[in-house]
Amino acid sequence: MVWIKATALSAATFITGEEFWRGCVAVVCFLLFWQIGSRSVDWLGFAVPAVSQIPPPTAVLHQLYVLIQEPSFWYSGYLSSVRVFEGFAAAMVIGIPLGLAMAVSRIFYGIAFPVFEVLRPIPPLAWVPASIIFWPTQELSIAFVTFLGAFFTIVINVIGGAQAIDIRYFQAARSMGSSNWDIFRRIILPGTLPSIVVGATVGVGITWAVVVAAEMISGGGSAGSMGGAAGGGLGFFIWNSYVGGSYTQIVAGMITIGIAGYISSALLRKVGDWLTPWLAEP
Amino acid sequence: MAVDQGEAFPGTSRTLRRGHIRIEDAVKIYGPQNGGILAVDHCTFDVPAGEITVVVGPSGCGKTTLLNAIAGFHSLSAGAIYLDEEVLCGPGRLKAEPGPDRIVVFQNGALFPWKTNIDNVTFGPIMQGTMTPAHAYEKARHMMADAGLRGIENNYPGEISSGVRRRVEIVRALMNDPKILLLDEPYRALDSLTKSVMHEALLDIFYRTRVTVFFITHDLEEAIFLGHRVIIMTTRPCRPKKVLDIDIPHPRDYSVLTTKRFRELMDETAMAVHEEAIKAFEAGEMER
Repeated sequence: MVWIKATALSAATFITGEEFWRGCVAVVCFLLFWQIGSRSVDWLGFAVPAVSQIPPPTAVLHQLYVLIQEPSFWYSGYLSSVRVFEGFAAAMVIGIPLGLAMAVSRIFYGIAFPVFEVLRPIPPLAWVPASIIFWPTQELSIAFVTFLGAFFTIVINVIGGAQAIDIRYFQAARSMGSSNWDIFRRIILPGTLPSIVVGATVGVGITWAVVVAAEMISGGGSAGSMGGAAGGGLGFFIWNSYVGGSYTQIVAGMITIGIAGYISSALLRKVGDWLTPWLAEP
Repeated sequence: MAVDQGEAFPGTSRTLRRGHIRIEDAVKIYGPQNGGILAVDHCTFDVPAGEITVVVGPSGCGKTTLLNAIAGFHSLSAGAIYLDEEVLCGPGRLKAEPGPDRIVVFQNGALFPWKTNIDNVTFGPIMQGTMTPAHAYEKARHMMADAGLRGIENNYPGEISSGVRRRVEIVRALMNDPKILLLDEPYRALDSLTKSVMHEALLDIFYRTRVTVFFITHDLEEAIFLGHRVIIMTTRPCRPKKVLDIDIPHPRDYSVLTTKRFRELMDETAMAVHEEAIKAFEAGEMER
């Protein structure tokens, strides 16, 4: 989990001055490369591999401009967001207590952890068929797969965070007259909070990845009955664009998901900073 | 807000000295009883009340094991420990209960990073219910001000230097009105200049509170400068090798270091410590 913490922390540091402009230059260069690459047959006389197949950023931008005026596009985003929120919230509500219980109780850890470790490596998407079979509605099965995406990351971070709490804090608290409940509330909970924030930030990213894939695989069925691309969320929107042959819509959908994921993570980081003020850079 | 020092520093007003620790025939074996590692070997000594007793020994000699046994973090394998004639641990109950009468100041510090300095300092009395929160905060502000810690009350421990953190931790310990302070190489990680400031700050607190201090270190100079009594330990297994009553009068300040008597005491003990350091080094080589 070390690398996850490292990336989450570096992303949390505020970008200033020189670094900001360096980032801007990089983004502009990337867009230029994309624009020239996708127009390479006309502009350069030869095809840049792969990039020449993608619509140029100007076309994508125009497509996005058109899309944001369509209620059905917003509805797709809304559907995906709701699923992300449901799955993520369920993962937090179930995952945090479960992780804490495993960290606190040796017996419970011995029972639950082996099962947890067998299930954890199964990719959330491998659950899609099974989940369609055992959940009554399409909506529930997508939310369940989304839940799995964040759940394992959150639990493993909570366990790791709680177990990494320095034993001296427990000893000091015990000496100063803390009961078991005091130790849980005043040492284990705040001591694990930074890891919970990291787990949540990483987990929400996975949630977006999973919801889109789950919608692509299973979302179409119910979407048909609800009418067109609006039914199945952003994942189905992309899939539908692919089937319909609209490449600019595909890329526009991809970028929308990127932005949505970024906003989710940024929001969680803000909440995390507020919850863990002692970690703020002086 | 006029609170005299007797009020600000619990224990000062008491004429009765307390915090006498007696360690009797203590044995600690790590691992199985037969074939385990003998860390403490039939250790017997006293930590007199109202004095600073410093235990000196090579790293890993088992002195921290003794401190943990007094604090109630670890059990003994045999023997007994008494606090003011009461049994802390002994036959039948080899692990003492941790309690606010014996507070440890840890090697690398153990202030709770998620609590502000003043919330750390008030932790003990609020947990124990010995003070109302309002009273605890008022007292904490006074004690911190007296220890030169004004202005950092609402900072987090991560925002202050490690030397200042150690002082906050000692104030946190004193807020519990402990009978004895257990200091486990608290200044080990500090540079020598900070260390000298910390030594005088500790003495200053000691003179005001007369709280019994049990101090562990591997630094002989530190030991002689601070201690009423210095106990030099053998390397593992740990046993008192030499007990020295330091006859340099208190109150002391850093000028003591240049006196003839201090040098004599250093000369007298340096060899004994050096011998144990060599043994510890060679034992370490053999383990490798």
